[in-house]
Amino acid sequence: MSVLTNNLDLFLRAFAQTLQLFAISAVLSLVLGTFLAALRVSPVPVFRGIGTLYVTVLRNTPLTLVFVFFLFAYPLLEIVKIEPYTAAVVSLSLYTAAFVCEVVRSGINTVPVGQAEASRALGLTFVQMLGNVVLPQALRSVVPPMTSTMIALLKNTTVASGFAVFQAGTIRDSLSEQGENVLLGLLWVAIGFVVLVMPLTYVQQVFEKRWSVAR
Amino acid sequence: MRVRTLAAVLLTGALALTACGKEGSPTEQGAPAGLFEVAKDVKVDGSPTFEKAKTRGSLVVGVKEDQPGLGYKDPTTNKYSGFDIDIARLISAKLGFDPEKIQFKTIQSAAREQALINGDVDYYVGTYTINAGRKEKVGFAGPYFVAGQDLLVKKDNTDITGKDTLKGKKVCSATGSTPVKRIRDENLTEPGNILEFQGYSQCVTKLLDGEVDAVTTDDAILKGYAAAEEGKLKVVGKTFSSEPYGIGVPKEDTALRTKMNDILQASLDDGSWQKIYDGTLGKSGSSAEKPKIDRY
Amino acid sequence: MSMVLFDVPGPKARARHKVMAVIGIAAVLAAVAYVIMRFIATDQFSTRRLDWINYKQIQISLVEAIGNTLSAFAVGAVLALVFGAIFAAARLSDHAWVRAPAAVVVEVFRAIPLVIMMFFFYYGLPVAGVKLSAFTAVVLSLMLYNGSVLAEIFRAGINSLPKGQSEAAYALGMRKTQVMTLVLLPQALRAMMPTIISQLVVLLKDTALGFLITFEELLRWGTRIGGDAVSFGRPMISVMIVVAAIYIGLCLLLTWLANYLEKRNRRNKKVVKLDGDRPNQVQLAESSAVLGSGSTL
Repeated sequence: MSVLTNNLDLFLRAFAQTLQLFAISAVLSLVLGTFLAALRVSPVPVFRGIGTLYVTVLRNTPLTLVFVFFLFAYPLLEIVKIEPYTAAVVSLSLYTAAFVCEVVRSGINTVPVGQAEASRALGLTFVQMLGNVVLPQALRSVVPPMTSTMIALLKNTTVASGFAVFQAGTIRDSLSEQGENVLLGLLWVAIGFVVLVMPLTYVQQVFEKRWSVAR
Repeated sequence: MRVRTLAAVLLTGALALTACGKEGSPTEQGAPAGLFEVAKDVKVDGSPTFEKAKTRGSLVVGVKEDQPGLGYKDPTTNKYSGFDIDIARLISAKLGFDPEKIQFKTIQSAAREQALINGDVDYYVGTYTINAGRKEKVGFAGPYFVAGQDLLVKKDNTDITGKDTLKGKKVCSATGSTPVKRIRDENLTEPGNILEFQGYSQCVTKLLDGEVDAVTTDDAILKGYAAAEEGKLKVVGKTFSSEPYGIGVPKEDTALRTKMNDILQASLDDGSWQKIYDGTLGKSGSSAEKPKIDRY
Repeated sequence: MSMVLFDVPGPKARARHKVMAVIGIAAVLAAVAYVIMRFIATDQFSTRRLDWINYKQIQISLVEAIGNTLSAFAVGAVLALVFGAIFAAARLSDHAWVRAPAAVVVEVFRAIPLVIMMFFFYYGLPVAGVKLSAFTAVVLSLMLYNGSVLAEIFRAGINSLPKGQSEAAYALGMRKTQVMTLVLLPQALRAMMPTIISQLVVLLKDTALGFLITFEELLRWGTRIGGDAVSFGRPMISVMIVVAAIYIGLCLLLTWLANYLEKRNRRNKKVVKLDGDRPNQVQLAESSAVLGSGSTL
C-alpha cells in the first residue's frame, strides 16, 4: 500500500496522461476510421482499393513497429519534426483507425440490402436513408465491437513506455529510480487498468444484451 | 499444390539470400599490431579462476556489445571492438592466452554481478563502475579508466558548456540510469525536458535529428558515439561526477585481482594503455587522464 | 461490393465515379511521389544504407531473429489455446465455485495491458527473487492475455449453439463430457475458427512487444541494424520496410494457412452446417456445396 500512497502524485499524473493520450487518439482514430470505412463502402473501386490496402497493412503490422517507425525512421525523412508525444498519438491513431474502419464497415454491412432498397423505393433521399434507416440499425452492431476497440486502444497506450512518453506504463521507471518496490508498483498499475477497463466492459455487455434482444 | 509451390519459392529465396552473402565488415578496425604480445609461462598462484581457464584452454570475458568505441559487436562480422575490448585482450595476452583464445560474452548491465558469482565469465570489462555496494559482491581490478558524467551535443552547439547551462534544454538519457537520476535530483533542467529511451544510441539518434539538445551519461560512452558519428557531435568535456571503471573478477580471487593490477600498471607505464586509448576512444578528439590503480 | 448504401449506378453516376476514380488515383500517386521524393532527397536508398542486406552475418542474425519471433509465437499460441480451453471449460462449469474464480481470472487478465504484464514478469518478479528470461516473460504474458481472450471466444462459441443440440445429446443419455467433446465442441470450433485465427494473428503481432523488455526478436533486430551508425549510416527506413513486410507476410500467411486447413477439413469430412434460425433443420452437405461459400480472406 505504501508504494501507492507515497507516490500517489506520480500515479495520478501518469494515469491522467494515459487518459489524455487515449482521448486524443480515440477521437482521431474514430474520425479517420470512419473516413476509411466510407472509402471501403464507396461505389468507386479505386477508393475501396485504397481503404483495403490501408487496413491490410496496418492490421498486420505490430503497433510497436508503428511506434518505432514514427520515432526513429520518420525523422530521417526530414519532413516535419514531431515530439515523441505527437509521434505516440499519430501511431496510436493510425493503428486504431484500421480497426475502427473494419468495425464501422461490418456494421453497415449487417443492414440488409432490402432496407435501403425499400427506403429508396419510398423516395427517401440519401441523407434521410442514412440517418433514418441505415445508421440506426448499423449502430447497434457497431457499438459493442467499437467499445472493445476503444478498450484495446486504452491498453495500447502503454506501448508508448519504450518511446519517451510519460504515462502509466512508465511508472515503473520512476519507481525503480527511487528505489521503490517495482513489483508492488506494477501490481498497482495493473489494478489501475482493471479499474479503468471494467466499467467499459460492463457497458459493452449491457449494450450487447439489450440490443441482441431488440433485434 | 499451392503449398508446395510456396515452400519451393521460399526455399529458393532463402538459398539465394545466403549464397551471395558478403563476408567481412565495411569498417574493419584492428588493434595496433604487436600490442598484445602473449606472455609465456604465466603463473598466478592461488587463483581458482586462472586455473579453471588454464584447464579450459581459453578465457571467457563478459563485455557489452552496444557501445561503439567501448564494447561494440559489429553486426556484419560478430566481432567485438572498442576500448573495453582491447583492455580485455591486453589482460588475456599478459595472462598467457592468445587473443584467439578469448570468448567474448555479452552480459547486460543488470546481470553482471550474477554472471561473476555464477562463474559464467572469468572476468568482466564493460563500463563497470567501482562502488562500495558492488565491492560486497565482486572484486575489482583497476580502475583502468576514470569516466565522469558529461554531455554530448552537436558540433556547432555553443549554448551548452556544462551542467549549469542545461536549463530550458532537452536532455536525453537511458531509462532508469544514474545519469538521468542526477539530472532530475539536481534539477539541472525542467522535468518536462528530460527524455528517456531504452538505450543511449536512440538518444544519439534524437540528438542528430535535432529533437534533443544534449545526451548525458559517462563521457567514455559519449566519446564512443562522437567517434562513431565522425565530426557531427562533440563531448562538452566538463565532467560532473567520477565513475572509475574496474575489471570485475570473482570476489574471493585476490590473486587474479593483484595480477591484473600489475598488468594494468605496466601498460600505463610502458605506453600501451595510451596506444589502446588512441586507437579507440581517442578518435573522438578528446584526451584522457591516466587512472591511478587502487589496490584495496 | 456493398450495395446497402448505393443503388446500381446509372450513366451519370458512372461518369461521376470515373472522375472520382481519376482524382483518387491522382491523390494517391501524388502522396507516393512525395514520399519517394523525400526518400531520395534524404538519400535513404544510397548504396551504403542498403549495404546491410548483403552481409552473410546479418542475414543469419535476421533468420535467428525471425526464429525467435516465431518460437515465441508458437509456444505462446499453444499455451494460450490450452489456457483458453481450460478456463472456458471452467466458466461453463455447473459448479459456481469453479465458475466464479475462472470468471475473475479471465476478466482481470483481459483488462491488464500486455506491456504491464511483461514488465511485471521481467522487472517486477526479480524483486521477489524470481528471475525469468525475456523469452519466458513474453510467452507467459502472451499466454495469460490471449488465453483469457480465447477462453471468452470458446465460451461464446459454445453458448451460441442452439440449446436443442445439448438437450438432444442429454436425451440420448450422453454424459457432460461426451456432450461437450462429441456434440458441442466440434460444431463450435468450426464457427469460432475465424475469430480464433484473428486472435492468433494478434498474438503473433504482440510478440513484438517483447521489444520493450529487450527480447531479441525481429523488431529489436531491426532497430539494432537500422540504428547502426558505424557501418551503414542508420538505414532505419529500409530496415523497417523489410521488417514490416516480414510481419505482414507472416500474418497473411498465418491467415491463409488457417483458411486453407479449414477448407481442406471441410472437403474431407461430412459437414454439419447449422442454420441459426432453424436449429432443427440440420443439413448434411458434401464438399462441393460448401466450398463455394468459404471464407474469402
